[in-house]
Amino acid sequence: MHETEIVVAIAVATLRAATPLMLAGFGELITERSGVLNLGVEGMMLVGAAFGFIGTVATGSLLAGFIIAMIAGALLALVFGGLTLTLMANQVATGLALTIFGVGFSALVGVKWVGTPLAGLATAIWPHLSAASPIVQQLMLLDPVVWIAVLVPFAAHWFIYRTRAGLILRAVGESHDVAHALGYSVLRIRYLAVLFGGAMSGLAGAYLSLSYSPMWAENMVAGRGWIALALVVFSTWKPLWLALGALLFGLVTIAQFQAEAFGLAVSPNLLAMLPYLATVVVLVLISRDATRLKLNAPAALGRPFHATA
Amino acid sequence: MRLSLEPRARPAQAMVWLSPVLAAVLSVIGITILFAVLGRDPVQALHTLFVAPLASLDGLSELGLKATPLLLCAVGIAIGVRADVWNIGAEGQFTVGAIVGSGVALAYGGAGHWWVIPALLLAGVVGGMAWAAIPALLRTRFNAHEILTTLMLAYVSIQLLGYLVHGPWKDPEGYSFPQTKQFEADAMLPVLLADTRLHIGALFALLSVPLGSILLGRTLMGFRIRTVGAAPAAARYAGFSRNAIVWFCLLLSGGLAGLAGICEIAGGNGQLTPVISPGYGFAAIIVAFLGRLNPVGILFASLLMALLYLGGEGLQVTMQLPIAVTGTIQGMLLFFLLAADVLINYRVRVRVPQAAGTTQHA
Repeated sequence: MHETEIVVAIAVATLRAATPLMLAGFGELITERSGVLNLGVEGMMLVGAAFGFIGTVATGSLLAGFIIAMIAGALLALVFGGLTLTLMANQVATGLALTIFGVGFSALVGVKWVGTPLAGLATAIWPHLSAASPIVQQLMLLDPVVWIAVLVPFAAHWFIYRTRAGLILRAVGESHDVAHALGYSVLRIRYLAVLFGGAMSGLAGAYLSLSYSPMWAENMVAGRGWIALALVVFSTWKPLWLALGALLFGLVTIAQFQAEAFGLAVSPNLLAMLPYLATVVVLVLISRDATRLKLNAPAALGRPFHATA
Repeated sequence: MRLSLEPRARPAQAMVWLSPVLAAVLSVIGITILFAVLGRDPVQALHTLFVAPLASLDGLSELGLKATPLLLCAVGIAIGVRADVWNIGAEGQFTVGAIVGSGVALAYGGAGHWWVIPALLLAGVVGGMAWAAIPALLRTRFNAHEILTTLMLAYVSIQLLGYLVHGPWKDPEGYSFPQTKQFEADAMLPVLLADTRLHIGALFALLSVPLGSILLGRTLMGFRIRTVGAAPAAARYAGFSRNAIVWFCLLLSGGLAGLAGICEIAGGNGQLTPVISPGYGFAAIIVAFLGRLNPVGILFASLLMALLYLGGEGLQVTMQLPIAVTGTIQGMLLFFLLAADVLINYRVRVRVPQAAGTTQHA
């Protein structure tokens, strides 16, 4: 019985830790499939986390909070789109600017809400959670956002490979000139992909501040946006691989709690390094085969498009 | 009326330097709106941000103090970006430089050795270079892109610092505060101006400007760096080793960031604490772009960015605004700069529909 409890707890914690990576990573995967590299995921997640939290406290509705977070993420992505798509600014530099701005701006708007208590998503949905048995309590922590994150890779796989819209998206990301010649509006499709990526990052951020650890703290995303970016490379732009990577990272992220559960006395600082080190290792493993990476990456990734005719 | 962009025949050199000015002006407008929205007096805020810090010698020396790490990190970052090598983890090399240099200061300080200060500075440089050598190796040997690896290592370095000051390096007499022992007096950098905190690190930073310019403009390595960045195919044809340039750029910028890190400690508090930088390594990316990836431009950009840090602290004290205001304004400045930069390669064309055929250039 005790062992079952531990297994369930680890599985649930892994899924929950993987959820923000899955959501943000999937948004970025769609953005990159359209040929745009947005390095601002961390910033958009932070703005989503802050606005999701403030929106929930202000409206008293978690749903409203999530929606506000998605809008906030998409608006920041719109700034990115305006700069890189319309004004053809360097995508790497603009993405970095988005993150630097997002870190500062989220801290600025969130400063009054630091320390505000909030009932998390699971408690809000199942108010009698604490009365249930431990295993049920654990399972109830799998809130709707986790389920969305579980379904997302399959939906994305279907969208990218089985729908006409997915085909157009890929065409724009592989060769914008050909897509343009065929009559597709490259910029419009890229704007949509960028906005979608922003909304998903916002949702991922709000999941952190409304469910994973229901509170707002400065810089609470703590590099997960960058890990999500690395996961997109790891997945070689394939949604099902992205899901696998996210789960793997979920497991690494919770190593800290596992170590505590098994009574290991390792410095929390050293354990906190693990996800970042794992990201580096994973990047090395996947990048080693340069040809494979090149074949799978959207060919127009990072290249600006200016219609000449 | 319709606006559209059309490519210029050649990049407008004037816009390269006008664009940061335009961005600064737009940022001031943006700040005014931001404060109006926050319900604060924009005039008072602008005064606190841009005027008050410059009104005293003390303020000016603090400006130099804050510009020092920004300048050192940004010169290295800029030289890298010129070669299309993106070291965005200068914060990590800064941190490891501070750690290694502090290790020397703590181990050998207090015995009156003349070589302690040179040794700890050298240790800072070596620490920064070693931390940057990891992404260089991963890039050249395994093709792993330095954008993500340098950044991930920055997060690792901050945890490493936390581990040291909470664990093995913690001062046993520090009342359980997570901090190291105080450096002895002979391990502290000399002050440049009496009664200020401006230390000799500022001289290293100033020196990095002409040295960086000479490296980029007058040496074969600089030529290779610029060629690899501007015309990779030509560089390959000329036989320039891409890997050698990745190594060079990362070691150089890592060393400069490491120097900045140890100067910040040995010229400042004289001890390691869990937080040793308000994000200098990240802000230096903005400084590098604002300074047009040119060491001389970066000197001015670092002063402006240092002013934002000082002014941000002023806002915290006088108007009770969170310190995060600084980051917001920095990000905004970079947005405006990137937007204004479009005018280097494109011109805005205004089409007035009712008078078809007549177009004018702006």
